[in-house]
Order: sequence, then structure tokens, then C-alpha cells
Amino acid sequence: MWNFVSPRIVFGEGALDVLDELHGKLALVVTDTNMVRIGSVDKVKAHLAKAGINVHVFDRVESDPSVQTTLRGAEIARDVQPDWIVGLGGGSPIDAAKAIWVLYERPDIEPAAIGPFGELGLRKKARLITIPTTSGTGAEATWAIVLTDTNEKRKMGLGNMENVADIAIVDPEMAAGMPPRLTADTGLDALVHGVEGYTCSWHTDLTDGLCIQATRLVFKYLVRAVSDGHDSEARERMHNAATCGGLGFGNAMASMAHAMGHCLGSAFHFPHGRAVSLFLPYTIEFSAPQAPERFAELAVYAGFPNDGGEKGARDFAQHIRDLCRQVGNPTSISEAGIGRKDFEGQLDKMVNDAFNDTQMVTAVRAPSVEEARQIFLYAYEGRPVDF
Amino acid sequence: MAFKCPSDEWIKEFGKQVNSSKAYEESAKDWEGDFIFIMEADNTLPKTFYFFVGLLHGKSTDTALVESEDVRPAQFRLAASFTTWRKIIEGKLDPIQAIMTGKLKLKGNLAKVLRYPKAAKELVNCVMQVPTEFPS
Repeated sequence: MWNFVSPRIVFGEGALDVLDELHGKLALVVTDTNMVRIGSVDKVKAHLAKAGINVHVFDRVESDPSVQTTLRGAEIARDVQPDWIVGLGGGSPIDAAKAIWVLYERPDIEPAAIGPFGELGLRKKARLITIPTTSGTGAEATWAIVLTDTNEKRKMGLGNMENVADIAIVDPEMAAGMPPRLTADTGLDALVHGVEGYTCSWHTDLTDGLCIQATRLVFKYLVRAVSDGHDSEARERMHNAATCGGLGFGNAMASMAHAMGHCLGSAFHFPHGRAVSLFLPYTIEFSAPQAPERFAELAVYAGFPNDGGEKGARDFAQHIRDLCRQVGNPTSISEAGIGRKDFEGQLDKMVNDAFNDTQMVTAVRAPSVEEARQIFLYAYEGRPVDF
Repeated sequence: MAFKCPSDEWIKEFGKQVNSSKAYEESAKDWEGDFIFIMEADNTLPKTFYFFVGLLHGKSTDTALVESEDVRPAQFRLAASFTTWRKIIEGKLDPIQAIMTGKLKLKGNLAKVLRYPKAAKELVNCVMQVPTEFPS
């Protein structure tokens, strides 16, 4: 028994128009200052005004939102009493919006206790809309909430099926302004979602198709979207790829690259997509001797014919490295500019945190502590994993 | 020699496996918290069985078949039908997935348990090492 959970997804050019038809009194827009600065908040406000809905903006969400930020946001929600909460931005504001919504409706819950089972009893006060502006984390379509415990410098994987959005608005216009670096980082995140969702031990028949499509679309359109931000076809297909990847991995699971990427991200404030895509080839190479089949299969679907087996999987890892290079992303931790001494200073903690990341549970080849340490070191040096 | 499950001998053998597992010891070196495992009666098992499993800093302190879930204090309770437990013991059902779908019901601090997915996996590996005879 498993579950497949999805919001209503309104996608394509003009999808934002769906806001004009909403019913309600007040929307709390949860976002960051960038979205205010570039006018994305104003676009959303204009549509909500057509529906007669007032707007209050909470724009204090930082990258890698903290528990403290969500508590502040929930306090504001309790003050203004919205009947819609709108998460607008990349994964950080969207995850923060999910958490703020839960804490608004359930002030008795601690953020760290927003867990995957039991009923939360949401939708008594408000409902949730998610509008991604990156392509992307897929957070608009998942129930996962990633918050950072700033005391322990550790990411926490939280969430409950109930806190999936009511409506996800996947309008490519909202991502059109992304600069190349952000396009690359978030696009590679969508790739990792597709690959890990397809190959993890919790993959399902219902998610495989979405993961395949996410992977195919990223390989086909990411370089175009990074090279030319005005390529509207590439922007739209990447925006859809991100949602496919989010629905795919969100209803299966992520895996080792995410577990390790989370640790690098927490320790060095490394962008999420850049971190997980950096680790992905190494984790594929580690998994390949034991469970190569699904990696090799996915490679074929993505346009890389192969004869299967470990070689097929390892070649796929190399294609992923090639894609990272094509979009200007690092393929090793040293190349990313992290000094050896700093890296080694955090290594024990990163190894420990990786094992305690829930994404590690689905690794098709579970590493020992020493093997995990070696994978981190190989990823530092840029050496393909060979053990 | 196979141990009948459920029985006191079976859970004691499980405790021995835990204490000889370096992988469990490493993954649970900070863990503090005892469990009551509840195997609920179903069409395979005519009555409910309760097990105490003491876990501290990577070792099992004690394991025993007990009369009810209240006989020994424990911070966590894990309850499921016998059929579900059998699937977990045989490695056919991931315990974390079982918790997430409500097949395995956890009472206790979930946030704490979710910090130790590797330890949970190693406990399953330990139970899979116990030669087990299930009721027919």
C-alpha cells in the first residue's frame, strides 16, 4: 500500500489567471524580498484584486527557511486571519508557506513534529496555493517541507500528505526572469528528482512515468534555458519538468544524493540544486555495482542508448556530469570553491547527518559509515567512485 | 535451530543479534529509548503479544515477552497486525514506509525516531538474522 498525492495543477501560459476566479477575503503571500523587488508579488496581487481578495505579504523567508521564520509567519497569519495562503517563489518560500499554514491551523504543534502520519485537520481556516518561480524544486506539488534547524545547522525533512497545496499554479511567465546560474541550479534539482525518484528503492508504477519525463525534459531543454532565458519553449518545458519531477519524487522518495547534498548545503550554504546534482554521479557510481538496472534503463529513456548493466549506469553518471559542465556547474566539491581544510573540518558531521537524513533510507546500496566518508572524499576530489 | 515467533526465546535471540551488530551499534550510539512491540492478533495469530525491547547507546539492555504494554515503562510503542510484523521481519516491508502508511503505528516522539533511519534499518537487519518459525 502506498499513496499518490497531488494538488490541482494549473499549468501553461496564462495559468496565473486562475487566481481571478478565487473566492475568499484575504490572502497571506509568503515569499522573499526578491519576489517583491522584481514585481512577482505585484502580479499575484493584481490577479487576487480581480477576485476581490485583499493581500498581506510576509516577505521575510530566507534561503533554507528556518523554524524560527515559520513561527514568525504563523504568528502573522494568526493576526491577519487569511483564508488563502500563497507560497510564491522557489522551494524556500513554498516550503515555508506549507509550514506556516500548518502552524496557523495547528498552533499546538511544534514545527519539528509536522510528521507524515496522523491527521492534521487542515483546511478549517485556510487553503494553500503554491506558485513556483524557479524550475525547480517541484515543491509546488509535494507535501514535503524542508526546514533548517539553525542551532544544529541541520536540515529537517518534515511534512504530511494533508499539507499538499490545494492549487499549484505552474505558469512559465513566473520563471522567465531567472538568471542563468539560478536556471542551472534549479534545473539540475529537477533532474535529480527525476533520477532519484525513478531509481530509489521506493519507486512506484505511478511515479515512474513522471520521473522519466522530468529526466528527458531536463536533458533536452536545460542547456537552452540557461543559454537563452528568452527561449520561451525551453522555459515552459523546464517549468513543467520541475513539476513532473516534484510529483514523481514527492510520491516516491529522493535518495542518497539528496541525503549528502543536504549536508553540504547546511554546512557550507551551498545552493540545493547545485549540491544534489554534484553528488548524483558519485552516488550512481556507488550504486552501480549492486543495482545498475534502473539507472541504465533511465539513461535509455533520456536518450542515451546503452547495453545495460554497470557500464550503462556508470555512463549515465558521466552524462550527468557532462550536463553539469555544459551549464557551468561544478562536478566536484573542490571545484565548487570549498577549501580542503574547511571541508575536512565538517566531514564527520556531514557523514553523521547524511545517515540521519530520511532520504538515505531509500539508497539501493546502503553505504557503511566508512563508505559514505569515502564518497564525500571522492566527491571532493572529483574522482569517479570505484568501490 | 529456528525460534518460534512470537515467543520469549525469539525476542531474546533478537536482543543477541542487536548486541552483536557493529552496524547497529554505530548507527544508534546516541539512541536512548525503550520500545514495546505489539503484535496484534489477526487471522494468523489468535492473541496479541507484547515485547519489551530496551535500547540504549547502540546496545540492547533487555528483551522480553511481557503480559501487556503497561508492565514495563517504555518511551515508544510500535503496534501492527501480526501479518504486517511478519512482512517487516521478512524484509518485505520497509518499517519507515509502514509507519508512513499507518500500517505500523508509532506512539512516541516521531521526530526523534525519524532522526535515526539507519538505526531502524539495522534493527530490521538484526531481526532478519533470527532464524524464525512463524505460525502456519
